[in-house]
Amino acid sequence: MSSSGPSAISLSPAPAGGLLPSQREREARGTSDGAARARKLGVRVVALAYLAVLLIAPVGMIFYRTFEHGLAPVWSAVSAPNAQNAFWLSLEIVAIAVPLNTVFGIGMALLLERGRFRGKAALGMLIDLPFAISPVVVGLALVLVYGKTGWFGDWLAQNGIQVIFSVPGMVLATAVVSLPFVARETIPVLRELGSDAEQAAATLGASGWQTFWRVTLPGIRWGVVYGVVLTTARALGEFGAVSIVSGRIEGQTQTLPLYVQDRFENFDITGAYAAAVVLALLALATLLAMNLLTRRTRGQVAS
Amino acid sequence: MAIEVHNVSKQFGTFTALDDVSIGVADGALTALLGPSGSGKSTLLRIIAGLEEPDAGDVTIGGDLVTGTPARSRGVGFVFQHYAPFKHMTVQSNVAFGLTVRKRPKAEIEARVKELLELVRLDGLAERYPSQLSGGQLQRMALARALAVQPKVLLLDEPFGALDAQVRGELREWLRRLHDEIHVTTIFVTHDQEEAMEVAEQIVVMNGGRIEQAGTPRELYESPRNEFVMSFIGPVNRLGNAYVRPHDIQILPEAGGNTIEALVQRIVHLGFEVRVELTLPDGREVWAQVTRASAQELELAEGQILAVRLPPPRVFAS
Amino acid sequence: MLVLLPVAALLAKSGSGGTSAFWREVSNPEALAAIKLTLVVSLIVVSVNAVFGTLIAWVLVRDEFPGKRIVNALIDLPFALPTIVAGVVLLALYGKSSPVGVDVAFTRASIALALLFVTLPFVVRSVQPVVLELDRSMEEAAASLGAGPLIVLRRIVLPSLTPAIVSGVALSFARAVGEFGSLVLITGNLPFKTEVGSVYVFGQIQNENLPAAAAVSIVLLLAALLVLAALGLVSRWRSRHVL
Repeated sequence: MSSSGPSAISLSPAPAGGLLPSQREREARGTSDGAARARKLGVRVVALAYLAVLLIAPVGMIFYRTFEHGLAPVWSAVSAPNAQNAFWLSLEIVAIAVPLNTVFGIGMALLLERGRFRGKAALGMLIDLPFAISPVVVGLALVLVYGKTGWFGDWLAQNGIQVIFSVPGMVLATAVVSLPFVARETIPVLRELGSDAEQAAATLGASGWQTFWRVTLPGIRWGVVYGVVLTTARALGEFGAVSIVSGRIEGQTQTLPLYVQDRFENFDITGAYAAAVVLALLALATLLAMNLLTRRTRGQVAS
Repeated sequence: MAIEVHNVSKQFGTFTALDDVSIGVADGALTALLGPSGSGKSTLLRIIAGLEEPDAGDVTIGGDLVTGTPARSRGVGFVFQHYAPFKHMTVQSNVAFGLTVRKRPKAEIEARVKELLELVRLDGLAERYPSQLSGGQLQRMALARALAVQPKVLLLDEPFGALDAQVRGELREWLRRLHDEIHVTTIFVTHDQEEAMEVAEQIVVMNGGRIEQAGTPRELYESPRNEFVMSFIGPVNRLGNAYVRPHDIQILPEAGGNTIEALVQRIVHLGFEVRVELTLPDGREVWAQVTRASAQELELAEGQILAVRLPPPRVFAS
Repeated sequence: MLVLLPVAALLAKSGSGGTSAFWREVSNPEALAAIKLTLVVSLIVVSVNAVFGTLIAWVLVRDEFPGKRIVNALIDLPFALPTIVAGVVLLALYGKSSPVGVDVAFTRASIALALLFVTLPFVVRSVQPVVLELDRSMEEAAASLGAGPLIVLRRIVLPSLTPAIVSGVALSFARAVGEFGSLVLITGNLPFKTEVGSVYVFGQIQNENLPAAAAVSIVLLLAALLVLAALGLVSRWRSRHVL
C-alpha cells in the first residue's frame, strides 16, 4: 500500500460504533479494579470536558443567541435580499464546482489506480496540494494567473472574459480548495475493488465505457458519494480563497460565508448569526450524511 | 476452435514470464496448463484471452490471428480464480451481462440465462446476490456467465484454487462432464498435478516461462522427458540423479535375484495406499508405495529388514 | 492544470522582484511578526492536539457512555463548518458578550482557540482507526507480567500509535498555518499583536502589494510542506526500523 506520508491518512470515515465485538465483550465484563475504574472515568471526563469547552458549547451558544429573541428577527434577517442573493450564489457555485470535482476526482482515481505510467506519486501529491495551501494563498495564486495583471490577464480582457471579481473566479477558487476529496475517497475503494471484475466485463464483450458505467461505478459509488459530501461541505464553507477572488461586492459576488463576515463588520449581529446558523445547519446535515455513509462505505470495502 | 500460440514471449520489468512459448490446442480439447507459481501459465492464459499483450509472438484462435485484438473482441470466456462476480448485481444480471452489453432482446436474454442456470444447477438462486452464495456456487455462476455469450474458447485461471477440498473435487468432475456436453475448447490453469491428471485430456507442463513437455496424462507420467516433469507429476524418489517411482519398488517376501536389503523406518497407512519408508544399505532413504492388501500379506512392521527390488532408475541427460 | 498553473504563478510573482526583493518583503517587520506568530501558535496548537486528540480518540474507542455516537459524529464538525462560522461561534461564547465571562477576543489566546477548534478532527480521526485495530492482548500480556497502566501506556500503546499521531499532527500543522476564516473576526487582526501570516497576506493583496503577498505566501507554504515532508520521512524511517 503506497504510503505517501501524512496525506495517506486523512478523512477516513469515522469508525462507527467504536469497538469490535470481541473488545465489546471484554469491555462489558468490566474492570474489576476500583482504581482502574476511577482512572477510566477521569480520562473520560477530561476528554469530554475538552470537547465541551471547545466544540459543543460554542456551537450550542450560536443557536441560543440566534433564537434568543424569537424567530421573527431571524426570519427577517434571513429573508433580506442580500442574504437571499448570498445563499443562492453559494448554491450556484457549489452546483458547478462539486460536479466538476467529482468527475475530476473519479478520473484521477481511475488514472492512479488503473493506469500505467510513471510519475504516479507526483500526481498523487499534486492532488493533495490544496490540503497544504492556505485558502488565502489559493486566492492570491488565482489572481496572479487570471487577474488584470496576471499571466492570462490580457488575453482574458481582450476576449471580454471576467474571471477575478466575478462568479467564474469564485467557482475556480472553490473548485481548487475542494479538489482532493472525491479522489482521496475513491482511490482506496477502487483499490479494494480490484480490477478482476472489470477484466471479466471486458472478456464478456463490454466496451470501456460500458465497463465503467455498469461495473466500476456501481462498485465505487459509496466512496464517491462520501467524497461528494465532503466536497460539498468544503465548497459551501469556503471563505478565504473566495474572499480574495470575489471583491466582495454586495449582492453580486457575496457568498453566504462572505455575507456572514459582512454583516458582522456592519454590526448587524443578528444578521450575521442568522446566516451563520443557516450554514451551521447545513454543516450538521453534512455531518449526518457523513455518519450514515460511513456505515455504507465500510460495508462496501469489507465485502 | 483450435488455438495456436507461436513463439510468444513476455517480460514484466526484468522478470521473464514467458520465453518463446509455442503450443497448439485442438478444437474441442480440454487442456491443462500445469506448473508451479511463476511458471508463466497464468500469463499465457491471459495472453490467449487478450488481457495481456505479448512482447513477441502470435496467437490465433480458430485460424484467425488475434494478437492485438482486445479481449472483448476475441469471443473468449474467462473464469477467474476468485470468480470476479459483479457484486452489486444479482446472479441473473451477472449471467446476463455479456448478452446485456450486446443489447440482445430481453426475452432472449431471460431464456438463455434460465437455460444456463439450469445447466450449472443454480436455478432458484437467480435473484440472490454474490455475497449470499458459497464459493462453489460463485464459480458455477462465473462459468454460466462466461458461457452465456457462446465463446469460441473457455479459459479458466486456477478455477478451483480458492475452494475447499471437497467442493474442489465435485467441481472437477462437474467441469469434465460439462465439457463432454458442450465441447468448447477449454484451457485451464492449475498448479495441482492431480487436478490436471484427473480432468484434462492434454497437459502442458510449464516451468520458468518455458514448456517442459506436453502430452496426455499417461504420456507425461510414464514417459517424462526430464527431471522436472517426472518430479512434478506423480510421486518420485530421488537417488542421486536417478529417479524411481515409489510404486515401482517391489517388496518381496524373501531375498532373491537382484534384491537388496532395506530397513523399514516407518509405515504410514493412508487408507488404500500404504507408504513404507525404507533405508537402503548405503544409507539412502526411499519410500515405497504398496496396497493395503500387499502390506497385510507381507506383514510389514517397523524395524523389519526386507528384501526389496529397485526398478531400473531413470536418469535424464542434463 | 487547475493546481499547477496558479502555483507556478505564485512562485513566479514572488520571484519577480529577484531574491533581494523577496527578502525585503519577508523581513519587513510586520511580515516577520505575522509569520513568527503563525508558526509559534501553530506549533503550540498541534502539540495540544497531539495530546488531547489522542486522548479523545482513545476514549471514543475504548470507552462506552450514553451519547457516544453523537460525540463521535460531532468530532467532524470543525471539518464541515465554514471557517467564518467557526469564528462567529467561538466569538459568541468567548468574546465580548460572553455569558461565561471569558473574553479572549483580540488576544493571542483567541488565535490558539480558533486553531484548536479547526484542527480538532485531524489527530482524532488519524488515531482512531489505529486504536480500533490495536491488539488488546498485548496490553493484557504486559499487565499479566506486572506492568502498571502507565508503563503499558508508554511502552506498548504509544509506540503503536505514534505514526498515526505524527500523521495527524502534520495535517493539523498544515491546516493551522494556513487558517484564515476563523481568525478574521475573533483576533481583530492587530498588526504585531494578533495578525497571523494569512491575514497579513490578505492585507497585502487588498493593498495591491502582490509581490509582498506572494513572498510571505511562499514562506507559509514552505513551512507547511516542510513539516509534511519531514513527518512523512520520519514515519517511513520508523516503519523501516521498528517493524
